[in-house]
Amino acid sequence: MLEIKNLHAHVGDDETEILRGVNLTVKPGEVHAIMGPNGSGKSTLSYILAGKDDYEVTEGDILFNGESMLEMEPDERAAAGLFLAFQYPIEIPGVATMTFLKTALNAQRKARGEDELSTPAFMKQVKEKAAELNITMDMLKRPLNVGFSGGEKKRSEILQMSLLEPKLCVMDETDSGLDIDALKIVAEGVNRLRSPDRAMVVITHYQRLLDHIVPDVVHVLSRGKIVKTGGKELALELEKNGYADYVGQAA
Amino acid sequence: MPAVQETIDRVRSIDVDQYKYGFVTEIESDKAPKGLNEDVIRFISEKKGEPEWMLEWRLEAYRRWLTMAEPTWARVSYPQIEFNELYYYSAPKNTPGPKSLDEVDPELLATYEKLGIPLREQEILAGVEPKNRVAVDAVFDSVSVVTTFKEELKKAGVIFCSISEALREHPELVRKYLGSVVPVSDNFYATLNSAVFSDGSFVYVPEGVRCPMELSTYFRINEQNTGQFERTLIIAEKGAYVSYLEGCTAPQRDENQLHAAVVELIAHDDAEIKYSTVQNWYPGDKNGKGGIYNFVTKRGDCRGRNSKISWTQVETGSAITWKYPSCILRGDNSRGEFYSIAVSNGHQQIDSGTKMIHLGKNTSSRIISKGISAGKSENTYRGLVSAHRKATNARNFTQCDSLLIGQDCGAHTVPYMESKNSTAVFEHEATTSKISDDQMFYCQQRGLSEEEAVALIVNGFVKDVIQQLPMEFAVEAQKLISISLEGSVG
Repeated sequence: MLEIKNLHAHVGDDETEILRGVNLTVKPGEVHAIMGPNGSGKSTLSYILAGKDDYEVTEGDILFNGESMLEMEPDERAAAGLFLAFQYPIEIPGVATMTFLKTALNAQRKARGEDELSTPAFMKQVKEKAAELNITMDMLKRPLNVGFSGGEKKRSEILQMSLLEPKLCVMDETDSGLDIDALKIVAEGVNRLRSPDRAMVVITHYQRLLDHIVPDVVHVLSRGKIVKTGGKELALELEKNGYADYVGQAA
Repeated sequence: MPAVQETIDRVRSIDVDQYKYGFVTEIESDKAPKGLNEDVIRFISEKKGEPEWMLEWRLEAYRRWLTMAEPTWARVSYPQIEFNELYYYSAPKNTPGPKSLDEVDPELLATYEKLGIPLREQEILAGVEPKNRVAVDAVFDSVSVVTTFKEELKKAGVIFCSISEALREHPELVRKYLGSVVPVSDNFYATLNSAVFSDGSFVYVPEGVRCPMELSTYFRINEQNTGQFERTLIIAEKGAYVSYLEGCTAPQRDENQLHAAVVELIAHDDAEIKYSTVQNWYPGDKNGKGGIYNFVTKRGDCRGRNSKISWTQVETGSAITWKYPSCILRGDNSRGEFYSIAVSNGHQQIDSGTKMIHLGKNTSSRIISKGISAGKSENTYRGLVSAHRKATNARNFTQCDSLLIGQDCGAHTVPYMESKNSTAVFEHEATTSKISDDQMFYCQQRGLSEEEAVALIVNGFVKDVIQQLPMEFAVEAQKLISISLEGSVG
C-alpha cells in the first residue's frame, strides 16, 4: 500500500537534511510503529506523507498503491485515502466540529466522484461513531478544537479518521497529552478501525501506546534513517534500554 | 404549466397596467444634459412631477453643495471626480442591454450559476432587454408573487413604494420626515444626493403594526432603474416592526461609476427597524480599473423611547466603499446595533464603520465588525461611539476583527470614543489575524481544496454577523463571501 523509497527531505530554506534515505514498505492490514528519539525526523516524515508546504523532497519517492504521491496536493492525497492524525490538532474558530466533519466528508466524496451524503445519513453515522469515542453532541457543536482539552482533541481526530474511512492512517504522537483513560478510549477507537484492507503507521515516542495498539512491525528512526526493524518486542526493548544504542548508528 | 385562460388574462392585464402608467415609453427618451446646474435639477423635479416644495428643497441642497468640499479624511484614494462630466438624470433603458444571455459575459454567468440564481432572475440582473426575456408563464409566476405581496401589505396598512410614488401619493409624510435624520447639509455626498436623488424606497409602518413579511427591494419592480443617487426613507410608528432587505447577492451590471445614496430610518416609541444590506457591485478589474465608487450616508434615528435600530451589512463589491451606517440613540432606553462583514479583494478600498451617538438615558449599542482583506486591498474600520452629557448609563460594546489573506493587503482599525458622561461604559475589543498555513494544511489534509478551506475558515470568522441576517439571505451571503475571495490564495 505504502512504499517509501530512499526518501531524502529538508524543511524550508534550511538545506540540512532531516530525512536521509528512509525506506519503508507497509502492506494492507499491517500496523507499523515508528519510534525514535526527539529530532529523529518522525513528525517530518508524517508531514511529508501528507504533503505539507515547505517540506521538500530532494530524492527518492513515495508510492501509494503503486503511484507516486509527490506531485499530489494534500487534499488529493486525502481523497486518495491518506489520513494524518495530528499531534497538535489545529483550531478553526467559528466552525462547528459537526460542520467541519460534514464539509470534509463531502469534499472527499466529491473528489472521488461520489454523491454528497444526505444530512440524515451523515447524522446517523456521526452519532454512532461519536458515541463509541465518548464524544457528546454538545462537543460537536463547539468550534473545531477551540478550547478542547488534550483528550478531546485526540478523540476528535480519531472520530474524523473513522468517518473518513481512509486506506492509510498515519498517527503522529496520538498518545501525547492523554491520561490513561483517554488513551484507552483512543486506542480502542483505532483498533476498531483495523481491517485487512487498511494500513496504519503509528508514530510514537513511548512504548505505552503500543500496549494498546499492538503493532505488527516496529521501526526505529534515528537521524533521518530507519536503523532497526523488528517485531513488537523491539518496542519493549527500547522502553528498557532507551534509544542510546541507536543514536550513534545512523551517523 | 398550461396557459389557462386565467393566466392569459392576468398577463394581459399586467401589460395594460404598464402601458397605463407609461413608465417604459415615457422614460425612454429622457436624459438630462451632462453636468449639474439649477436647470438640470428643475428638469429632474419636473420629470418626476414633484410638488413645488420638493424642487425648492433640492435647489437649496444644490446651492449648499456648491459651497462644500469633498471629504478627504477617509483612507481611500481615487482620481478627482469631475462632477460636471456626469449625467444626473438618465433612464438606464436608454443603453441597450444584451439581447439574450448568450451575449452576457460568461464570467458573470458562471457567478450567477454558483449563487444558484434562477435563469429568469439572471436575465434581469444581467440587464437583458425585457422584451427578450423568457416565457410568459415564468413572468406570470413572479408577478403573481408581487401582487399577493402588495395585497398582504395593504391589508396590514403598510406603505411600501418608490419614493417618487410616495411624493405623489403621501407628500405630507415625505415632507415631514425627509432630511430629518440626514439633514440637507450633512455632508458633501448626502447634500449632492439631496439635490439630485433619482429614486429609492419609501416604507411607512403604522402604529402597532408588525410588518407581515420581510420587505425586499427585490419585490419593488422598479428597483433596476433607481440609478446612482438612491434615496430611501423608512418610518416605523409607535410599536411597529419592520425588516428591510436591500440589495442582492448577484453581481450588478451598472454603467454608473459614482453612487451616492442616502438612507434615513426613523423609529418611534417601542418601534424596531432591522435593515440588512448585501452589496455586490462591480469592484473593478484585476488591475483595479473601473469599478463603482460607493459613497453612502445611512443613518437611523431612534427617536422614541425603547426603540431599536439594527444595521446588518455584507459588503463585497465596489472599488471604493465609504459608508458608516449610524444610529442616533435619542429616545431613553433605545438600542442601536451594527453588524458588518466587509470583504475586500483585488484593488478594492473600503473605509467603513458606524457611529453610535448616545443622547438618551440608558441607551445601549453593540458593534460587531468583521473585515476580511485579500489581494492588494485596503480595509479600514472607522467607528465613533459618543455619549452626550445627559446620556446617563450609556453602554457600548464594540468588537472589530480583521482577517488578512496574503501578504499585500492591509487592515486598519480607527475607533473614536467620546464620553461626556461619567456613567457611560464603553468597551472595545479588536483583533487582527491571518489564515495560518497550519489551518490551511489541516483543512486540506481532511480533503478540502484550497478554496474550500479558505471559504470554511472565513465563514467561521464571520459567523457572528451571518447569524444576524434573515435566514434566506444568510445562505446566499456565505456563498457570496466565498466567491468574492476566489483566487485570493495560491
